[in-house]
Amino acid sequence: MDLKLTAEETSFQEELRSWLATNAPKDWADWREKPLEESYPYLRAWQRKLHEGRWAAVSWPKEYGGRSATLMQQSLFWEEMARVEAPPMANSLGLGLIGPTIIACGTEAQKKRFIPKILSAEEIWCQGFSEPNAGSDLAGLQTEAKLDGDRYIVNGQKVWTSYGWVGDWCELVVRTDSTAAKHKGLTALLVDMKSPGVEVRPLRQMTGESEFNELFFRDVKVPVENVLGKVNDGWNVAMSTLMYERGSYGARLQLTFNRYISRLIELARTTMRNGRPASEDPLIRQKLAQCSAEIEIMRFNQMRAFSRITATGVPGPEGSIQKIFWSELNQRLQQIAQELLGSYGQLLAGDPHAIDKGIWSYAYLRTRGNTIEAGTSEVQRNIIGHFVLGLPRSY
Amino acid sequence: MQFGLSESQEFLKDSARKFFAGECPSAEMRRLMETDTAYDAALWAKLTDQGYTGIIFAEEYGGVGLGKVELMLLMEEAGRALLPGPFFSTVVLAGSVLDAVASPAHKKKYLAPICRGEARATVAILEAGASWNPRDVQLTAANGKLTGEKLFVSDAAVANFILVVAKNGVFIVDARAPGLKISPMSAMDLTRKLYVVEFKDTPAELLGPTTNLPRALDIAAAALAAELVGGMQRTLDTTVEYAKTRKQFGKPIGMFQSVQHQCADMYLETESSRSAVYYAGYALEENTPDAATSVSIAKMYASDAGRTVGNRGIQIHGGMGFTWENDVHLYYRRAKASENAFGDATFHRERIAQLVIDTPTTAHAAR
Ligand SMILES: Cc1cc2nc3c(=O)[nH]c(=O)nc-3n(C[C@H](O)[C@H](O)[C@H](O)COP(=O)(O)OP(=O)(O)OC[C@H]3O[C@@H](n4cnc5c(N)ncnc54)[C@H](O)[C@@H]3O)c2cc1C
Repeated sequence: MDLKLTAEETSFQEELRSWLATNAPKDWADWREKPLEESYPYLRAWQRKLHEGRWAAVSWPKEYGGRSATLMQQSLFWEEMARVEAPPMANSLGLGLIGPTIIACGTEAQKKRFIPKILSAEEIWCQGFSEPNAGSDLAGLQTEAKLDGDRYIVNGQKVWTSYGWVGDWCELVVRTDSTAAKHKGLTALLVDMKSPGVEVRPLRQMTGESEFNELFFRDVKVPVENVLGKVNDGWNVAMSTLMYERGSYGARLQLTFNRYISRLIELARTTMRNGRPASEDPLIRQKLAQCSAEIEIMRFNQMRAFSRITATGVPGPEGSIQKIFWSELNQRLQQIAQELLGSYGQLLAGDPHAIDKGIWSYAYLRTRGNTIEAGTSEVQRNIIGHFVLGLPRSY
Repeated sequence: MQFGLSESQEFLKDSARKFFAGECPSAEMRRLMETDTAYDAALWAKLTDQGYTGIIFAEEYGGVGLGKVELMLLMEEAGRALLPGPFFSTVVLAGSVLDAVASPAHKKKYLAPICRGEARATVAILEAGASWNPRDVQLTAANGKLTGEKLFVSDAAVANFILVVAKNGVFIVDARAPGLKISPMSAMDLTRKLYVVEFKDTPAELLGPTTNLPRALDIAAAALAAELVGGMQRTLDTTVEYAKTRKQFGKPIGMFQSVQHQCADMYLETESSRSAVYYAGYALEENTPDAATSVSIAKMYASDAGRTVGNRGIQIHGGMGFTWENDVHLYYRRAKASENAFGDATFHRERIAQLVIDTPTTAHAAR
């Protein structure tokens, strides 16, 4: 155990710090609470700038525009981004999940074609996995693709597709062999969202925004060279994407949580409770302390997981504890925010009395999605039960 | 930066696990638990041979000079075996207090025999108010003598000397000193015995001021959290094993999701406690600015998790879990005692609040 930074880590950190000092935008606070549709061009521009400095995808191999950063350097990266309160990147699914999957499973031609534009945010990616009848049981998906000469003809429907409204391309998982066992007949396709027959419908979330969409595919033609990985090996391609999804979230959220708790502590000093600041109320103190401790434990878990992955080379199923931990912690954190803010907690963005431009009411509602997206808490517990503890499958 | 254990740390942990499995299996633990003191001279000699009695102390006092992370690993394995007797009281608690407050001469006199396995010791802290905050101590030494009462003193009956936290310093009392009376308290954890210690004009030697006491108590608290992790791991392992083999309705009970998900939660809580404990060991060793906070984080989390992991473990064992023969309740009893000792979760949450709310420059703000 040695948590001191190595020479490479220090120089990575210093280089990033000095780059951020001149390049990090100063006006993100003015944009942060705006609807995503409005701030999106801003986020694209920011990602482009990061890419120019080769900071958009530090985890990617050097030959694909990354820095081959170690897991520890990646967490330093997110730490620095949080420290300067940098905006997120526009193409988060492309950078975090789909790019890495293309690098791992794609052909040379695909890498050449797609990777540079993922990095520059010229092409935004979305992930078309879930369907109305296939969520947790993803392998039961029904969208089908039939081979017709040198192209596939795709018909079906996807749902809950984040960034569908702005997506240029989609990693789409489809059924190519309906006679095979359900995990065996799937294929991953890279689909141009501008193809004729693709229809994107907004799907309003409980938060009120339309961050995700429904996608309809009617006789959409996809050239065979856009098969990602092998035909009928889509399950493994999808699993590799999901592994990136579960692994990458935690490190970034850690820092969002730190910002939340610091702000809540500040608010507790000025919010009055029974005639004194809430920060002196023993119950509030207990709850803030519990939360702040759990945020630290999430960081310790993450560092331990990173060290284990660095040693073994594979992010095992233990990653599921990270997913459970951050999603459930975020829900507890937002509940505490609500308790602390009392009546003000419910106010929406735009209300003149709202605290912090209404982020707390939004965040409270948004956290309900945390235990559903990227694999529900129940599914994560199944994974731990079966794959980590060796208990028989429950389903 | 790497959070994994080094090769030598892995080796220490492995050999400690094998040692305790061999020298203190369940039957031996149960035999000791039924004795008055839970102390066994032969086992103590073996602990000494391993170097465990001097694990974190300087070589000049006969110690091995290892770090706090190593101490956490050793305590985790001791906790897994539910090691009975005065190891924690003597080595971790009394040893750390001596190390923190005593002069070199006193260390030669008292710490060295602990390292050599020749002496057992304990520290008397709590009084009738049962507060774990050292500031609440009332007992005061006058003219080199103590008169008063300490409660919940672990392993006092087998101690050769007792360190006493008084208002005006940390004192040491010889077990044979006049006016000293030690009587057992009857408590839940059968493997670590508690006593009332009464002083009546009992001669006491001043070791030093209480200034450095908090650091020693932090080491003890973190080590207890480590011990809790070992207990949780054992409870998890036996519970998962049981869930795989016990069949009802024609299936292993581990196939039922309400059982399986409880096992997953036990795993999550055990692993998270372990991360917190290892970090606390590291922070103590390196004296990082967040060392005190990280000890409280570990003790807080492990205190609650030790109990909830035990709750689930007993529940999943069904009627079997409620029997005396099944070891799960013995771990559960220890977990309750350790949950409370050196401050329960509520105590440590308040301490975290003082560190992160009242002094905004530490912890989160520091990074
Ligand atoms: C904010 C958000 C963003 C999303 N973004 C995307 C995206 O970009 N792309 C995409 O493809 N999908 C996306 N999703 C979809 C998400 O992956 C699914 O919602 C999720 O996998 C659950 O599937 P489902 O909604 O069909 O629920 P179901 O699978 O029907 O689950 C309903 C309930 O049953 C439980 N359940 C199901 N199976 C089991 C089991 N075996 N054991 C125990 N309990 C079980 C679940 O835990 C849940 O509580 C997003 C979802 C959200 C909320």
